[in-house]
Amino acid sequence: MKTDTIAAIATPMTNSSIGIIRISGDDSLEIIEKVFKAKKKKSMKEVPSYTAHYGYAYDGDKMLDECIVLVMKGPHSYTTEDVVEINCHGGTMVMKKILEAVVKAGARPAEPGEFTKRAFLNGRIDLSEAEAVMDLIHSKNEFALKSSLKQLQGVLGDKIVSIRKKIIHSVAFIESALDDPEHYSIDGFADELKEQILEIMKELKYFLDHADNGRILKEGIQTVIVGKPNAGKSSLLNMLLGEDRAIVTDIAGTTRDALEESIQINGITLNIIDTAGIRETDDLVERMGVDRAKKLLKRADLILYVVDTSVPLTSEDTQISVLIHGKQTIALMNKSDLEPVVKAQDLKDKGFENIVEISAKEKKGLDALYDKINTMFFRGEVTFNDEIYITNVRHKNAVSNALDSLNLVLNSIEKGMPEDFFSIDLLDAYEQLGFIIGESVSEDLVNEIFSEFCMGK
Amino acid sequence: MRNLEETYDVVVVGAGHAGCEAALACARLGLETICFTVSMDSIALMPCNPNIGGSSKGHLVREVDALGGEMGKNIDKTYLQSKMLNRSKGPAVHSLRAQADKKMYSMEMTKVMENTDHLTVRQGEVTDILVEDKKITGVKTYSGAVYHARAVILTTGTYLKARCIYGDVTNETGPNGLQAANYLTESLKANGISMRRFKTGTPARIDRNTIDFDKMEEQFGDQKIVPFSFTNKEEDIRRDQISCWLTYTTEETHQIIRENIDRSPLFSGAIEGTGPRYCPSIEDKIVKFPDKPRHQVFIEPEGEYTSEMYVGGMSSSLPEDVQYAMYHSVPGLENAKIIRNAYAIEYDCIDATQLKPSLEFKAIQGLFSAGQFNGSSGYEEAAAQGLMAGINAARMIQEKDPIILDRSQAYIGVLIDDLVTKETFEPYRMMTSRAEYRLLLRQDNADLRLTKIGHEAGLIDDERYEHLLKKEKQIEEEEKRLDHVNIGAGKEVQSLLESLGSTALKSGASIKELIRRPELNYMALAPIDPERPALPEDVQEQVNINIKYEGYIRRQMSQVKQFKKMEKKRIPEDIDYEDVGSLRIEARQKLSKIRPASIGQASRISGVSPADISVLLIYLEQMHHRR
Repeated sequence: MKTDTIAAIATPMTNSSIGIIRISGDDSLEIIEKVFKAKKKKSMKEVPSYTAHYGYAYDGDKMLDECIVLVMKGPHSYTTEDVVEINCHGGTMVMKKILEAVVKAGARPAEPGEFTKRAFLNGRIDLSEAEAVMDLIHSKNEFALKSSLKQLQGVLGDKIVSIRKKIIHSVAFIESALDDPEHYSIDGFADELKEQILEIMKELKYFLDHADNGRILKEGIQTVIVGKPNAGKSSLLNMLLGEDRAIVTDIAGTTRDALEESIQINGITLNIIDTAGIRETDDLVERMGVDRAKKLLKRADLILYVVDTSVPLTSEDTQISVLIHGKQTIALMNKSDLEPVVKAQDLKDKGFENIVEISAKEKKGLDALYDKINTMFFRGEVTFNDEIYITNVRHKNAVSNALDSLNLVLNSIEKGMPEDFFSIDLLDAYEQLGFIIGESVSEDLVNEIFSEFCMGK
Repeated sequence: MRNLEETYDVVVVGAGHAGCEAALACARLGLETICFTVSMDSIALMPCNPNIGGSSKGHLVREVDALGGEMGKNIDKTYLQSKMLNRSKGPAVHSLRAQADKKMYSMEMTKVMENTDHLTVRQGEVTDILVEDKKITGVKTYSGAVYHARAVILTTGTYLKARCIYGDVTNETGPNGLQAANYLTESLKANGISMRRFKTGTPARIDRNTIDFDKMEEQFGDQKIVPFSFTNKEEDIRRDQISCWLTYTTEETHQIIRENIDRSPLFSGAIEGTGPRYCPSIEDKIVKFPDKPRHQVFIEPEGEYTSEMYVGGMSSSLPEDVQYAMYHSVPGLENAKIIRNAYAIEYDCIDATQLKPSLEFKAIQGLFSAGQFNGSSGYEEAAAQGLMAGINAARMIQEKDPIILDRSQAYIGVLIDDLVTKETFEPYRMMTSRAEYRLLLRQDNADLRLTKIGHEAGLIDDERYEHLLKKEKQIEEEEKRLDHVNIGAGKEVQSLLESLGSTALKSGASIKELIRRPELNYMALAPIDPERPALPEDVQEQVNINIKYEGYIRRQMSQVKQFKKMEKKRIPEDIDYEDVGSLRIEARQKLSKIRPASIGQASRISGVSPADISVLLIYLEQMHHRR
């Protein structure tokens, strides 16, 4: 059975020293030929199995990185298919770029757990592991879904939804007219549709061009700073940023209405949601409303809870601990430079396990905080999803597939094809965009036809 | 008291469009078949619109014909007017529609039914199904008579506990005042079948002699007619066609409806059933689309020898006096007399997810069902299911595997797959947009797609089969020949191109390139293709389409390849979804309920995600290892 070829980043998405992009499927060798040039000008199709080759990875003419390529031909590989691994320098950006080049060359971004699934289906993994594989797929998908949902709340989600709405409306119009030609006429609709498609394509291209800035999906640990007014949230943020661990972006309003900053600590990316920036003086619960606060906190992978140790805990602190219950939290005992009223034990009593003393004013305790985050991350207590990177590539792939389909529609319009040909490719574009927000076509079209157009005898 | 007792192979309950196809298929396959109808006068009755075909429905009829069914032949005998819809669009959406002479349609079908070997037609109401050990054993009628059978096919249409309603008037009857079937539902429920209630409606019939046609636009049929049946040629069925007429509702119509909307039984709650969105009543249209200044009204003949005319576009369940007022507000109908009132009809039917793709009940072996009883709507949808239920009931008895058409083979496949896989909450109607691979499922190639299957099933004779093989060969050879035909930029060529509104050639070109130009086609280029053999029109048409749309067709074929992979992965009937770890609860429930036959079918169930499908694949593989 011919299988399509899949690809994914196989190493954790941190800025480690080596990153691996794995490719598996019938076209693996074909694809590696396109993205890799061996120093010794060998063809990867001809080299023996289980050999390593030094050279450079390319996206078209653009050199991306120097790397070592391992070729493992089926059936003696993990998946029993032809497998190729690209070992590159471990920068997240480089890995992403190479994966994208591989996808461009014909691979499909792998679904969560797909390599393992293939290995199993091809008889490579024994029976006892099957349950584990199913659980893996299940949990990874849950996670991917969750990150997809996170996406949905942003501008991207809204845009995709509105573009899809436009597309489905046009398809429904065409289909209504085909279904009931005596009621609706679509003569001349091609011109109107062309305008609309050009407009949509412009928007989609914008996404693609800006995707590299991490705006399609922000990777990293979603971190929220909470604390009652004057606990020192802003100072903490400034301290974190002031240390300058490579500020990646500040993207006010692009993904959500709160301001976000990205910092990197030992190669781990933290996306800090600057709730402090929104309300310097006001009460969190009052100003933002419990619902909004809950929403932000729910989305968070890590919470930095700033406690002013110079004043007693109040009902506001109680409220906050209720809100963050069950989340991975580091309690930061701030103002360690002043006489403490609140002791570490008080926080332990409230159920906080990770406690770090800091003085934002005197910029003390930062290293301890970093160590804590590091430990939590490597223990797996705090995770962010590797899949997010893949999801990101998958999203880009979906947008670019949608663009291809829309191009085919334009082609059909140019060639003077009848309108029913338009809807085939329009629906493909609709479906592709649906992958981004986790929705499929199913009954959408039929529902749109009936709700928007008056049909029937 | 002694009751009558008889034994047949197959009992068909109902002689509508589904019942007739089912009964004919079984009898033609050599099985002793009895078909029950509540009235001998209602065989193949068309109680609503007086036409057969239309967008996508026309495809179904052609497919029924290609498989050896009767509907296409019957409408060819009894049509009043014929039209190919969407002729200016792509070939995939060309759809045949014919106005039918209702009475003649019914009479001709009755004649066929009465004169088919192994088939008995019987007036009588079936009140009970007889089941032993989850196996059907026969039926019982109102008189107490028992008919033993190895298979029973339920095609009760809109008759089960039917009620006809307009205004505050309710008649406990089936369509057209015919007797309803009031007992069978209870027996079905007692045997564990879950029932639901659907609704549909029909407009008034008015007297032709009271219509002012001068105020309407005449709607003619096509000059050149395409027969529904592949066994007919145009010259066999040519006739003088009878026109339809087009008029429009007015602001006054809408006013009348708005003022009386509270008198609709839909508002009073008298109607419980769910109606179809694609076939809204005129009051629905006014409420849902208040901005539309007018709606089309088609006045269509019900037959050649009756003055009844169908008011297409104005079905209603408003009270009699409101019906009069609203029809009178339509230009040309000012003095119209109503012969039959418009009404809504409610009936019992099933959620078809209780069926296998063969249309056999999952829970009762040998019990099949088809048509409106399965929650579909339309004569054509009914006939298509009836034919398949008939074929598969016969095959079950003959211990052969069922014939299941998939979504890439036929609209019939799409129809049945949708019905048995997706829960529908309104009567299901076929639409071309439901077919993913519609470019391949054209009405013009239904024979090429299905006649071999019909032959294998035993409903297509050898002569027709040979004819098909010959057609296939001719198409193939001609396409091959054209690969090598090049056209020079000579004078004759340029002038032909000019006369066809096409741009001149700069240098030579292959004829296939020319055929692909939108303004050109295979037929038109005959004068510059001197070697061309004389070929039948239907062969020329296929050659033309295959070349013209080659790129698109190829693309759909590769999609079909992907699709087939998933269809081929069968799920064992005895799978217990509780054993499959890691399935989400919703997916587990849906899968347990619908029990899909293949991974492909499973993936189309709403609420089953791609991750669930992966999990299922792995589970199946695991089972496979264990066995």
